[in-house]
Amino acid sequence: MSILAYDFVIRALLGAVFTGLAAPAVGTYLVQRRLSLMGDGIGHVAVTGVALGLLTGAAPLLTAVIVATLGAVAIEVIRSRGRTTGDVALALLFYGGIAGGVMITGLAGESAAVLQRYLFGSISTISAGEVWMTIGLAAVVVVIAVGLSPQLFGVAQDEEFARVAGLRVGAYNLLIAVMAAVTVTVAMRTVGLLLVSALMVIPVATAQQVTSGFRVTLFAAMGLGTLASLGGVLTSAYIAVAPGATIVLLALAGFVAAYPVGVLLRHRRHAQMPFLESAAGFSAAESHTAAPETHEHQHGPDCGHRAVPHGDHVDYVHDGHRHAAHGSHYDEH
Amino acid sequence: MNDALIRTHDVAVELGGRPVLRGIDLAVSAGEVVAVLGANGSGKSTLVRTLLGLVPTVRGQVDLFGTPLDRFRSWERVGFVPQRATATSGVPATVGEVVAAGRLSRRTPFVPLRRADRAAIAAAAEAVGLGGRLRDGVSTLSGGQQQRVLIARALAGEPELLVLDEPTAGVDVQSQQAFADALRGLVRRGATIVLVAHELGPLADLVGRAVVMRDGRLVYDGPPLAAFTDADHVHHHQVANPGSDHWPSVASPLDPPPRELDR
Repeated sequence: MSILAYDFVIRALLGAVFTGLAAPAVGTYLVQRRLSLMGDGIGHVAVTGVALGLLTGAAPLLTAVIVATLGAVAIEVIRSRGRTTGDVALALLFYGGIAGGVMITGLAGESAAVLQRYLFGSISTISAGEVWMTIGLAAVVVVIAVGLSPQLFGVAQDEEFARVAGLRVGAYNLLIAVMAAVTVTVAMRTVGLLLVSALMVIPVATAQQVTSGFRVTLFAAMGLGTLASLGGVLTSAYIAVAPGATIVLLALAGFVAAYPVGVLLRHRRHAQMPFLESAAGFSAAESHTAAPETHEHQHGPDCGHRAVPHGDHVDYVHDGHRHAAHGSHYDEH
Repeated sequence: MNDALIRTHDVAVELGGRPVLRGIDLAVSAGEVVAVLGANGSGKSTLVRTLLGLVPTVRGQVDLFGTPLDRFRSWERVGFVPQRATATSGVPATVGEVVAAGRLSRRTPFVPLRRADRAAIAAAAEAVGLGGRLRDGVSTLSGGQQQRVLIARALAGEPELLVLDEPTAGVDVQSQQAFADALRGLVRRGATIVLVAHELGPLADLVGRAVVMRDGRLVYDGPPLAAFTDADHVHHHQVANPGSDHWPSVASPLDPPPRELDR
């Protein structure tokens, strides 16, 4: 009998697909703003939310969404006010969140094993109601992340420009923070609070090894996140491994595979970067020194060295030089 | 004179508790090309940022297009080129995507780019000499070309008023020329331009009016003098008054405090 005949496997797959779509969608904007660890910070804060749910008897998912959202807004406010640097703000919330969660769980009389379900995920025990909530919240996040991508891109790329374009920068920043908080809590049953940030960041890092555009990166990251999530759940259905960890390791494997390609592409692009024309004010004499070097051959279109058009002549690049024949000698440029 | 696009009255600005601008009265009319000149730290950058509402005032009033800044909503009439070294961020983006951000003031959320948006984006890239590179990644461009992308982004919004903060700082000759040509086209269409500059360089023949800042005050307002096209004029003050910098100093705890000079 196929494993797909089990309801809990279907539920796990649905939860994983939607988490895999939503997490990198939000993650792209976090990476763009160089806040890759924000998801991790929110995840730690959400631990306190889960513990509050255990203490009060409310649904841990609900209390986690509320507390994580408050934490994300706090991170955003601290960041935008510039009272303290972003990484210090994140550190404060990391430790406060974890310590609060462990303490409140103890007060609730629950063991650490209960908390562990949320820290590392337990996708096979996900209930039908939780699957629907996951699908709903993840769909909202994806629609916003894709539909508002021009605005969110503009704000994350250059806040001051966005402000002068009339965008409500503060509102968009808060929107990103809230979306991140919702995604973290949605993903806590799939990959767990301690690993959720990986699903937000690694697919983006993998995608941008080979992409050069923002929308392409966004969609590629969502695709990669979905693949990793599906692969992780299916793998864990056949061999007894933790699905959350498998998902993250698969995503990491994707990055490891893409990285050499990225290095190659970047190297090629770098070689194609134009050389700067000498800026106004620099004397021509300064940038034109004669090189007292002899050559075994005349540089030319066929000599195999890279040719760079430079004003009225062509320079050749070799052995760390860039120079052009000038009468009997070579001019360094 | 009610037709001023920009009008300030007795504006004062403080940054981190230190006065940076004092008693600024400035009016810029439609069609003018104004250069804001001055030494590092004289407040010229803060001045244009104040005109756009990026820096709060502690006294006085700023009007844009006859509307007080806090009630001004017609941002599609304003273009801005911030002072930045690069156009890159944490995620790759193409030239077309960055230039498209210039249309945000005219777009409705959740509505894809219209034909007019695409035409404006293509025209803006063309105007700065990057017409064929819309699909290229921004990070593959040189610094000067990236600066041109930021100028194209502002042009894409088809602004009536264009504000540029040191657009030619550290830009190669080729890009400076492309930039001057783009501004010339804009001026022909009747746009108003305010630009912060260290030296006028290839823009000298475009600029009709110069405003010189020193220590947070306007000390000259009139036709650009020959001396302004000479870089030495501006740098001269910097050398003579190294302690007159009104920017809050950024130093690590172990650095010695900045030296205050008696003046």
